[in-house]
Amino acid sequence: MAFRTIAVRTAALCRRAMATEAGSTFPLTFSSPTSALFNEAAVKQVDIPSTTGHFGILPNHVPTIAILLPGVVSITTEAGDIQKFFVSSGTATIHADSTVQILAEEICDVADIDGNAARAALEASKSKLASASSEADKAAAQIEVDVYEGMVAVA
Amino acid sequence: KNHHRGRSSGINAEYGGTGAESLYTKNEFESGEDKLILAISSDRGLCGGVHSGLGKAIKAAHAEKPITKTIIVGDKAKAILQRTMGDTFLATFNNVGKKPASFTDAINVAEEVLSHEADTVDIVYNKFINVVSYDSTTKPIPGVASIEANDAIYNYDEVDSEVLKCYQEFTLANIVYHSIREQECSEQSARMNAMENATRNAGEMIDKLTLAYNRTRQAVITRELIEIISGANALE
Repeated sequence: MAFRTIAVRTAALCRRAMATEAGSTFPLTFSSPTSALFNEAAVKQVDIPSTTGHFGILPNHVPTIAILLPGVVSITTEAGDIQKFFVSSGTATIHADSTVQILAEEICDVADIDGNAARAALEASKSKLASASSEADKAAAQIEVDVYEGMVAVA
Repeated sequence: KNHHRGRSSGINAEYGGTGAESLYTKNEFESGEDKLILAISSDRGLCGGVHSGLGKAIKAAHAEKPITKTIIVGDKAKAILQRTMGDTFLATFNNVGKKPASFTDAINVAEEVLSHEADTVDIVYNKFINVVSYDSTTKPIPGVASIEANDAIYNYDEVDSEVLKCYQEFTLANIVYHSIREQECSEQSARMNAMENATRNAGEMIDKLTLAYNRTRQAVITRELIEIISGANALE
Protein backbone atom coordinates (compact mmCIF):
# COMPACT_ATOMS: atom_id res chain seq x y z
CA MET A 1 0.00 0.00 0.00
CA ALA A 2 1.18 3.48 -0.79
CA PHE A 3 1.59 5.98 2.02
CA ARG A 4 0.87 9.55 1.01
CA THR A 5 3.71 11.93 1.72
CA ILE A 6 2.74 15.36 2.95
CA ALA A 7 2.27 17.62 -0.08
CA VAL A 8 4.62 20.59 -0.21
CA ARG A 9 2.28 23.55 -0.07
CA THR A 10 3.40 26.69 1.79
CA ALA A 11 0.08 27.42 3.43
CA ALA A 12 -0.35 23.81 4.44
CA LEU A 13 3.21 23.73 5.80
CA CYS A 14 2.58 26.76 8.01
CA ARG A 15 -0.64 25.20 9.27
CA ARG A 16 1.24 21.98 9.92
CA ALA A 17 3.82 23.86 12.00
CA MET A 18 1.09 25.46 14.08
CA ALA A 19 -0.82 22.20 14.46
CA THR A 20 -0.66 20.11 17.61
CA GLU A 21 2.42 17.96 18.15
CA ALA A 22 2.45 14.74 16.15
CA GLY A 23 0.61 12.36 18.47
CA SER A 24 0.64 8.70 17.74
CA THR A 25 -3.14 8.50 17.26
CA PHE A 26 -5.89 10.47 15.59
CA PRO A 27 -9.68 10.50 16.08
CA LEU A 28 -11.56 8.30 13.63
CA THR A 29 -15.27 8.27 12.95
CA PHE A 30 -16.17 5.19 10.89
CA SER A 31 -19.86 4.56 10.36
CA SER A 32 -22.63 3.67 7.96
CA PRO A 33 -26.27 4.77 8.10
CA THR A 34 -27.06 1.67 10.12
CA SER A 35 -23.99 1.17 12.29
CA ALA A 36 -21.46 3.36 14.05
CA LEU A 37 -18.30 1.38 14.61
CA PHE A 38 -15.89 4.12 15.64
CA ASN A 39 -16.95 7.49 16.99
CA GLU A 40 -13.97 9.86 17.26
CA ALA A 41 -12.03 6.89 18.56
CA ALA A 42 -8.27 7.18 18.81
CA VAL A 43 -6.59 4.94 16.25
CA LYS A 44 -3.06 4.65 14.92
CA GLN A 45 -3.65 4.01 11.23
CA VAL A 46 -6.43 3.49 8.71
CA ASP A 47 -6.00 2.08 5.21
CA ILE A 48 -8.76 2.84 2.73
CA PRO A 49 -9.58 1.78 -0.84
CA SER A 50 -10.27 4.95 -2.80
CA THR A 51 -10.77 5.95 -6.41
CA THR A 52 -7.33 7.55 -6.34
CA GLY A 53 -5.66 4.46 -4.97
CA HIS A 54 -5.36 2.38 -1.85
CA PHE A 55 -3.67 4.52 0.79
CA GLY A 56 -2.91 4.60 4.48
CA ILE A 57 -3.76 7.43 6.86
CA LEU A 58 -1.50 8.32 9.77
CA PRO A 59 -1.73 11.28 12.19
CA ASN A 60 -1.19 14.64 10.45
CA HIS A 61 -2.05 13.30 7.02
CA VAL A 62 -2.55 16.03 4.44
CA PRO A 63 -6.23 17.10 4.33
CA THR A 64 -7.98 14.97 1.73
CA ILE A 65 -11.37 14.17 0.30
CA ALA A 66 -11.72 10.69 -1.15
CA ILE A 67 -14.42 8.49 -2.63
CA LEU A 68 -14.33 4.86 -1.48
CA LEU A 69 -14.33 1.89 -3.82
CA PRO A 70 -15.62 -1.55 -2.79
CA GLY A 71 -12.81 -2.93 -0.69
CA VAL A 72 -11.32 -3.37 2.72
CA VAL A 73 -10.88 -0.64 5.32
CA SER A 74 -8.11 -1.71 7.67
CA ILE A 75 -7.96 -0.03 11.09
CA THR A 76 -5.00 -0.28 13.47
CA THR A 77 -6.41 0.53 16.90
CA GLU A 78 -4.60 2.31 19.71
CA ALA A 79 -3.96 -1.09 21.28
CA GLY A 80 -2.23 -2.21 18.12
CA ASP A 81 -4.63 -4.84 16.77
CA ILE A 82 -5.86 -4.60 13.19
CA GLN A 83 -9.55 -4.72 12.35
CA LYS A 84 -10.69 -5.24 8.78
CA PHE A 85 -14.06 -4.25 7.36
CA PHE A 86 -15.45 -4.55 3.87
CA VAL A 87 -17.16 -1.41 2.57
CA SER A 88 -19.36 -1.14 -0.50
CA SER A 89 -18.79 2.56 -1.17
CA GLY A 90 -18.74 5.87 0.62
CA THR A 91 -16.56 8.87 1.37
CA ALA A 92 -13.49 9.63 3.45
CA THR A 93 -12.55 13.05 4.77
CA ILE A 94 -9.27 13.96 6.41
CA HIS A 95 -9.15 17.38 8.02
CA ALA A 96 -6.28 19.69 8.87
CA ASP A 97 -6.84 18.98 12.56
CA SER A 98 -6.16 15.29 11.89
CA THR A 99 -9.75 14.12 12.44
CA VAL A 100 -10.89 11.52 9.95
CA GLN A 101 -14.46 10.66 8.97
CA ILE A 102 -15.10 7.56 6.92
CA LEU A 103 -18.74 7.23 5.96
CA ALA A 104 -19.59 4.02 4.18
CA GLU A 105 -22.84 2.98 2.61
CA GLU A 106 -22.59 -0.61 3.84
CA ILE A 107 -20.03 -2.09 6.21
CA CYS A 108 -19.46 -5.69 7.15
CA ASP A 109 -16.76 -7.47 9.06
CA VAL A 110 -14.46 -9.30 6.67
CA ALA A 111 -14.88 -12.42 8.77
CA ASP A 112 -18.62 -12.38 8.10
CA ILE A 113 -18.26 -12.73 4.33
CA ASP A 114 -19.44 -16.09 3.01
CA GLY A 115 -17.06 -16.83 0.12
CA ASN A 116 -19.42 -19.21 -1.64
CA ALA A 117 -22.37 -16.83 -1.45
CA ALA A 118 -20.16 -14.00 -2.74
CA ARG A 119 -18.91 -16.09 -5.68
CA ALA A 120 -22.45 -17.14 -6.57
CA ALA A 121 -23.64 -13.54 -6.38
CA LEU A 122 -20.70 -12.44 -8.55
CA GLU A 123 -21.68 -14.92 -11.28
CA ALA A 124 -25.30 -13.76 -11.11
CA SER A 125 -24.33 -10.11 -11.34
CA LYS A 126 -21.99 -10.78 -14.30
CA SER A 127 -24.83 -12.34 -16.27
CA LYS A 128 -27.04 -9.43 -15.26
CA LEU A 129 -24.42 -7.04 -16.65
CA ALA A 130 -24.26 -9.02 -19.90
CA SER A 131 -28.01 -8.90 -20.37
CA ALA A 132 -28.51 -5.28 -19.24
CA SER A 133 -29.88 -2.95 -21.88
CA SER A 134 -30.33 0.62 -20.61
CA GLU A 135 -27.47 2.79 -19.36
CA ALA A 136 -28.94 2.85 -15.87
CA ASP A 137 -29.28 -0.95 -15.73
CA LYS A 138 -25.73 -1.39 -17.03
CA ALA A 139 -24.36 1.01 -14.40
CA ALA A 140 -26.30 -0.69 -11.61
CA ALA A 141 -25.13 -4.13 -12.74
CA GLN A 142 -21.53 -2.91 -12.99
CA ILE A 143 -21.73 -1.65 -9.40
CA GLU A 144 -22.93 -5.09 -8.30
CA VAL A 145 -20.08 -6.79 -10.15
CA ASP A 146 -17.53 -4.42 -8.55
CA VAL A 147 -18.83 -4.98 -5.05
CA TYR A 148 -18.98 -8.78 -5.36
CA GLU A 149 -15.53 -8.89 -6.95
CA GLY A 150 -14.25 -6.96 -3.95
CA MET A 151 -15.94 -9.37 -1.56
CA VAL A 152 -14.65 -12.47 -3.34
CA ALA A 153 -11.14 -11.01 -3.19
CA VAL A 154 -11.21 -10.89 0.61
CA ALA A 155 -13.42 -13.87 1.44
CA LYS B 1 -40.48 1.33 23.25
CA ASN B 2 -40.76 2.90 19.81
CA HIS B 3 -39.05 5.97 21.16
CA HIS B 4 -36.01 4.08 22.35
CA ARG B 5 -35.69 2.07 19.17
CA GLY B 6 -35.83 5.26 17.16
CA ARG B 7 -33.19 6.82 19.37
CA SER B 8 -30.61 4.03 19.13
CA SER B 9 -30.68 3.92 15.33
CA GLY B 10 -30.94 7.65 15.58
CA ILE B 11 -27.60 7.62 17.35
CA ASN B 12 -26.00 5.82 14.39
CA ALA B 13 -27.50 8.44 12.15
CA GLU B 14 -26.12 11.08 14.49
CA TYR B 15 -22.55 9.83 14.18
CA GLY B 16 -22.92 9.64 10.43
CA GLY B 17 -24.62 12.99 10.38
CA THR B 18 -22.05 14.85 12.44
CA GLY B 19 -19.30 13.08 10.54
CA ALA B 20 -20.89 13.94 7.22
CA GLU B 21 -21.20 17.60 8.14
CA SER B 22 -17.58 17.86 9.20
CA LEU B 23 -16.41 19.35 5.91
CA TYR B 24 -18.96 22.16 6.24
CA THR B 25 -18.52 22.79 9.96
CA LYS B 26 -14.73 22.78 9.94
CA ASN B 27 -14.48 25.16 7.00
CA GLU B 28 -16.08 28.47 6.16
CA PHE B 29 -17.99 28.10 2.93
CA GLU B 30 -20.07 31.19 2.23
CA SER B 31 -23.72 30.45 1.62
CA GLY B 32 -24.82 31.55 -1.82
CA GLU B 33 -27.86 33.75 -2.36
CA ASP B 34 -29.90 31.20 -4.27
CA LYS B 35 -31.36 29.00 -1.54
CA LEU B 36 -33.39 25.83 -1.66
CA ILE B 37 -35.30 24.98 1.51
CA LEU B 38 -35.72 21.31 2.41
CA ALA B 39 -38.42 21.01 5.10
CA ILE B 40 -38.47 17.78 7.08
CA SER B 41 -41.74 16.79 8.74
CA SER B 42 -44.06 13.79 8.47
CA ASP B 43 -47.64 12.82 7.67
CA ARG B 44 -48.67 12.11 11.25
CA GLY B 45 -49.95 14.56 13.83
CA LEU B 46 -50.76 14.40 17.54
CA CYS B 47 -47.19 15.47 18.26
CA GLY B 48 -47.62 18.82 19.96
CA GLY B 49 -46.02 21.84 18.27
CA VAL B 50 -43.52 19.92 16.16
CA HIS B 51 -44.96 20.65 12.72
CA SER B 52 -46.35 24.09 13.50
CA GLY B 53 -42.99 25.16 15.00
CA LEU B 54 -41.27 24.15 11.79
CA GLY B 55 -43.86 25.98 9.71
CA LYS B 56 -43.41 29.11 11.81
CA ALA B 57 -39.61 29.03 11.37
CA ILE B 58 -39.92 28.68 7.60
CA LYS B 59 -42.56 31.39 7.29
CA ALA B 60 -40.39 33.73 9.36
CA ALA B 61 -37.42 33.10 7.07
CA HIS B 62 -39.67 33.66 4.05
CA ALA B 63 -40.88 36.97 5.48
CA GLU B 64 -37.32 38.10 6.09
CA LYS B 65 -36.09 37.13 2.62
CA PRO B 66 -38.46 35.54 0.09
CA ILE B 67 -37.83 31.86 -0.54
CA THR B 68 -38.25 30.70 -4.12
CA LYS B 69 -37.57 26.98 -3.92
CA THR B 70 -38.84 24.47 -1.40
CA ILE B 71 -38.93 20.70 -1.20
CA ILE B 72 -41.24 19.28 1.43
CA VAL B 73 -40.99 15.93 3.18
CA GLY B 74 -44.27 15.05 4.90
CA ASP B 75 -47.88 16.09 4.40
CA LYS B 76 -48.06 18.12 7.61
CA ALA B 77 -45.51 20.73 6.52
CA LYS B 78 -47.09 20.73 3.06
CA ALA B 79 -50.48 21.60 4.55
CA ILE B 80 -49.04 24.31 6.78
CA LEU B 81 -47.03 26.02 4.03
CA GLN B 82 -49.43 25.44 1.13
CA ARG B 83 -51.31 28.72 1.35
CA THR B 84 -48.43 31.18 1.71
CA MET B 85 -45.66 29.30 -0.12
CA GLY B 86 -47.44 26.79 -2.33
CA ASP B 87 -46.02 28.33 -5.49
CA THR B 88 -42.44 27.66 -4.32
CA PHE B 89 -42.93 23.88 -4.01
CA LEU B 90 -40.57 21.99 -6.34
CA ALA B 91 -41.42 18.54 -4.96
CA THR B 92 -43.20 16.97 -2.01
CA PHE B 93 -42.73 13.58 -0.38
CA ASN B 94 -45.41 11.75 1.57
CA ASN B 95 -45.92 8.31 3.16
CA VAL B 96 -43.50 9.61 5.75
CA GLY B 97 -43.66 8.72 9.42
CA LYS B 98 -45.46 5.38 9.57
CA LYS B 99 -42.16 3.60 10.00
CA PRO B 100 -38.60 4.89 10.54
CA ALA B 101 -37.00 6.22 7.37
CA SER B 102 -34.43 4.06 5.61
CA PHE B 103 -31.25 5.28 3.95
CA THR B 104 -32.92 4.65 0.61
CA ASP B 105 -35.60 7.21 1.50
CA ALA B 106 -32.85 9.72 2.27
CA ILE B 107 -31.20 8.93 -1.07
CA ASN B 108 -34.45 9.62 -2.91
CA VAL B 109 -34.84 12.97 -1.19
CA ALA B 110 -31.17 13.88 -1.78
CA GLU B 111 -31.44 12.99 -5.47
CA GLU B 112 -34.48 15.24 -5.82
CA VAL B 113 -32.67 18.08 -4.06
CA LEU B 114 -29.60 17.75 -6.27
CA SER B 115 -31.69 17.74 -9.43
CA HIS B 116 -32.43 21.44 -8.84
CA GLU B 117 -29.98 24.32 -9.21
CA ALA B 118 -29.18 26.12 -5.99
CA ASP B 119 -26.20 27.75 -4.28
CA THR B 120 -27.17 26.42 -0.87
CA VAL B 121 -29.61 23.90 0.53
CA ASP B 122 -31.10 24.85 3.92
CA ILE B 123 -32.35 21.76 5.70
CA VAL B 124 -35.05 22.74 8.24
CA TYR B 125 -35.99 20.10 10.80
CA ASN B 126 -36.59 19.63 14.54
CA LYS B 127 -33.39 18.90 16.39
CA PHE B 128 -33.85 16.45 19.25
CA ILE B 129 -32.46 17.98 22.46
CA ASN B 130 -33.91 15.65 25.09
CA VAL B 131 -37.13 13.83 25.90
CA VAL B 132 -38.94 17.02 26.83
CA SER B 133 -37.48 19.46 24.34
CA TYR B 134 -36.71 19.87 20.64
CA ASP B 135 -36.03 22.93 18.54
CA SER B 136 -36.54 23.82 14.90
CA THR B 137 -33.10 24.14 13.34
CA THR B 138 -31.76 25.18 9.97
CA LYS B 139 -28.70 23.43 8.59
CA PRO B 140 -27.14 25.14 5.54
CA ILE B 141 -25.37 22.88 3.07
CA PRO B 142 -23.37 24.71 0.38
CA GLY B 143 -23.64 23.39 -3.15
CA VAL B 144 -20.71 22.16 -5.25
CA ALA B 145 -20.43 25.47 -7.09
CA SER B 146 -20.26 27.39 -3.79
CA ILE B 147 -17.61 25.05 -2.46
CA GLU B 148 -15.47 25.25 -5.60
CA ALA B 149 -15.61 29.04 -5.43
CA ASN B 150 -14.10 29.03 -1.94
CA ASP B 151 -10.36 28.78 -1.30
CA ALA B 152 -10.88 26.64 1.80
CA ILE B 153 -11.57 23.53 -0.28
CA TYR B 154 -8.18 23.63 -1.97
CA ASN B 155 -6.47 22.85 1.33
CA TYR B 156 -7.78 19.36 0.69
CA ASP B 157 -5.85 17.02 -1.53
CA GLU B 158 -7.35 15.15 -4.46
CA VAL B 159 -10.13 17.68 -5.03
CA ASP B 160 -11.61 17.86 -8.51
CA SER B 161 -15.12 18.40 -9.81
CA GLU B 162 -15.85 14.70 -10.22
CA VAL B 163 -14.71 13.83 -6.70
CA LEU B 164 -16.58 16.79 -5.23
CA LYS B 165 -19.79 15.83 -7.00
CA CYS B 166 -19.66 12.21 -5.78
CA TYR B 167 -18.70 13.39 -2.31
CA GLN B 168 -21.53 15.91 -2.21
CA GLU B 169 -24.15 13.36 -3.31
CA PHE B 170 -23.27 10.80 -0.67
CA THR B 171 -22.69 13.40 2.04
CA LEU B 172 -26.02 15.09 1.37
CA ALA B 173 -27.81 11.74 1.56
CA ASN B 174 -26.17 11.11 4.95
CA ILE B 175 -27.06 14.56 6.27
CA VAL B 176 -30.65 14.23 5.04
CA TYR B 177 -30.89 10.79 6.68
CA HIS B 178 -29.56 12.25 9.93
CA SER B 179 -32.05 15.13 9.80
CA ILE B 180 -34.99 12.81 9.13
CA ARG B 181 -34.04 10.53 12.05
CA GLU B 182 -33.66 13.52 14.40
CA GLN B 183 -37.05 14.77 13.25
CA GLU B 184 -38.53 11.31 13.98
CA CYS B 185 -37.06 11.37 17.50
CA SER B 186 -38.39 14.87 18.14
CA GLU B 187 -41.83 13.85 16.93
CA GLN B 188 -41.87 10.68 18.98
CA SER B 189 -40.92 12.45 22.20
CA ALA B 190 -43.39 15.27 21.52
CA ARG B 191 -46.07 12.63 20.92
CA MET B 192 -45.17 10.90 24.19
CA ASN B 193 -45.42 14.18 26.08
CA ALA B 194 -48.71 15.10 24.39
CA MET B 195 -50.17 11.69 25.24
CA GLU B 196 -48.92 11.94 28.81
CA ASN B 197 -50.52 15.36 29.23
CA ALA B 198 -53.75 14.15 27.67
CA THR B 199 -53.79 11.12 29.97
CA ARG B 200 -53.18 13.29 33.01
CA ASN B 201 -55.89 15.75 32.00
CA ALA B 202 -58.32 12.91 31.40
CA GLY B 203 -57.43 11.49 34.83
CA GLU B 204 -58.10 14.85 36.51
CA MET B 205 -61.39 15.12 34.67
CA ILE B 206 -62.39 11.66 35.83
CA ASP B 207 -61.60 12.59 39.46
CA LYS B 208 -63.59 15.82 39.25
CA LEU B 209 -66.57 14.12 37.62
CA THR B 210 -66.48 11.26 40.11
CA LEU B 211 -66.72 13.74 42.98
CA ALA B 212 -69.57 15.60 41.28
CA TYR B 213 -71.33 12.28 40.65
CA ASN B 214 -71.04 11.19 44.26
CA ARG B 215 -72.21 14.57 45.54
CA THR B 216 -75.23 14.48 43.25
CA ARG B 217 -76.02 10.89 44.18
CA GLN B 218 -75.84 11.72 47.89
CA ALA B 219 -77.96 14.84 47.38
CA VAL B 220 -80.65 12.77 45.67
CA ILE B 221 -80.64 10.21 48.47
CA THR B 222 -80.82 12.96 51.07
CA ARG B 223 -83.77 14.60 49.27
CA GLU B 224 -85.64 11.29 49.06
CA LEU B 225 -84.99 10.67 52.76
CA ILE B 226 -86.33 14.12 53.62
CA GLU B 227 -89.46 13.52 51.51
CA ILE B 228 -90.05 10.12 53.14
CA ILE B 229 -89.51 11.42 56.67
CA SER B 230 -91.69 14.49 56.12
CA GLY B 231 -94.34 12.29 54.60
CA ALA B 232 -94.13 9.90 57.59
CA ASN B 233 -94.36 12.84 60.01
CA ALA B 234 -97.37 14.22 58.20
CA LEU B 235 -99.22 10.90 58.64
CA GLU B 236 -98.80 10.87 62.43
